[in-house]
Amino acid sequence: MKPRHKRIALIVGGLAAIGIASTLVFQALDSNVAFFITPTEFTEGKAPQGKAFRVGGMVREGSIRRDNLTVHFVITDTVKEVPVTYTGILPDLFKEGKGAVVQGKIGADGLFNATEVLAKHDENYMPPHAQHAIDQAQSTAKTLKQ
Amino acid sequence: MSNRLISWFKYASPQSFYPLAGRMIPWFWALAAVFGAVGLWISFFVAPTDFQQGEGYRIIFIHVPAAWLSMFLYLIMATWAGLGLALNTRLSGMMAQAIAPTGALMAFLSLWTGALWGKPMWGAWWVWDARLTSALILFFLYIGFIALQAAIDDARRADKAGAILVLVGVVNVPIIYFSVKWWNTLHQGSTINLAKAPSMATTMLWGMLLMALAFWMYSIAVALTRVRAIILEREAHTEWVKALDEVKT
Amino acid sequence: MNWGSPAEFFAMGGYALYVWGSFGVCAVLMIMEPILVGKRQSSILRILRRERQAEILENP
Repeated sequence: MKPRHKRIALIVGGLAAIGIASTLVFQALDSNVAFFITPTEFTEGKAPQGKAFRVGGMVREGSIRRDNLTVHFVITDTVKEVPVTYTGILPDLFKEGKGAVVQGKIGADGLFNATEVLAKHDENYMPPHAQHAIDQAQSTAKTLKQ
Repeated sequence: MSNRLISWFKYASPQSFYPLAGRMIPWFWALAAVFGAVGLWISFFVAPTDFQQGEGYRIIFIHVPAAWLSMFLYLIMATWAGLGLALNTRLSGMMAQAIAPTGALMAFLSLWTGALWGKPMWGAWWVWDARLTSALILFFLYIGFIALQAAIDDARRADKAGAILVLVGVVNVPIIYFSVKWWNTLHQGSTINLAKAPSMATTMLWGMLLMALAFWMYSIAVALTRVRAIILEREAHTEWVKALDEVKT
Repeated sequence: MNWGSPAEFFAMGGYALYVWGSFGVCAVLMIMEPILVGKRQSSILRILRRERQAEILENP
C-alpha cells in the first residue's frame, strides 16, 4: 500500500467513524433537541415537572379572548388542546389559525401561564391575492366534499 | 490518462493557478454585479408584498442566499482540505484558507439577518432551536478554523491541522439542512427542496435565486483574490514569484 | 410596482429597521471584504518589490 493510498483510507475511515458517531449521538439526543412539545405529547405527560417548557401548535380559530392586558387562547395540534394565558406583547404574526410556540408553566388554575409567546410561520411566501385564491379553492373543495 | 492527470496537477500548482485566477476574477465580479443588480431590483420592485409578513419578508432575499453560501462554501472548503490531506498538494490548503473568511462572513450574515427577521415575526431575536443552534456552530467552525490556522506558524502543518477540524465539522452541514425536518424547530421548513415545488410566488423565487447567484459570484471573486495574496505570501521566495511582472515593475 | 412614493419605499411597511438593518450591514460587509483583501494583495506585492530592489542593489 502506497503512503498516499494509506492516507486516503485513513481519511475515509475517519469520516465514516465520525459520521456514525454523530448519528448515534443525535439519535440519543433526539428528544432533547426538540424546541417544543405538541399538545398531544403534553397530555401524554411528556412535559417536565415543575420546570418551564414550550408547547407548540396552532392557535385555535376563535379561541383568542382579550381580558385587559391578558390574552387567553388555545394551542391545538388538531388532536389535543392546551389553554394558555399570557400577559405581554404578541409578535406580529400571532394570529388565529397560525402556528405559535408558548413557553411557561402550568399555573395553580390548571391553565398554561406563558411567559413568552413566539409566532411560528410557515415557508409559504406569496402575494395577498394568491392566498385569497387558495383560500377560496380550499373552501370550494370542502363544500364539494360535504 | 496519465497525461490528463499530469495537466490537472499542473493547474493545481500555485504557479499556474496564480495567473489563471487573475484572469477569472474580473469575470466573476462582472457576473456578481449583474446578478446583484437584477436581483435587488426584483427583490424590491417586482416581488409582491407577502400575504402574512408584509414587507418584512424581503429580508429573505439576503438571508437565504447567505445561509446557502455559508453551507456551500463550507463543503467546498472541506473538499479542498480533504484533497490537501489526501494528495498533499500545496494549492489545496491555500484554497481552504482563502474560502474560510468569506464563509464566516456568510455565516455571520445569515445569523444577523435571521435575528432581524426573527424579532418582528417570531417575537424573538434568537431562540435555541436546532436550526439556529447548528447555524451558530457553523459560524464557530469557521472562526475555529481561521484561528487554528493563524496559531500555527508552519503553513503546511497549519493546513493539516485545519483540514482535520474542517472535515470533522462537515457533519454539521446536513444537520443544519435537515434540522427543520428532523426536529420541532421554531424556524420554518425549507422554501426550496427537492421533494416538492417551491412554496413561493414565482417573482419572489426569481429574486431569491438571482441574489443567491450574485452571492456565489461574489464569493468566488473574493476567494480567488484572497488566494492570490496567499500564494504570494507563501511562495514569496521562489523564483517564479520574483519573475512576475507585477513584482518586477 | 409596490411603492407609491420614496417615503413608502424607505418605510418598508413599518419594517424599515429590520429590512434596512439587514441589507445595510450586508452591503457594508460585502464592500469592506474586497477592500481588505485588495489591501492584503497590494501589501504583499509592495514587500516583494522592495525585496527585489534590495537584491538588485546587493548584486548589481
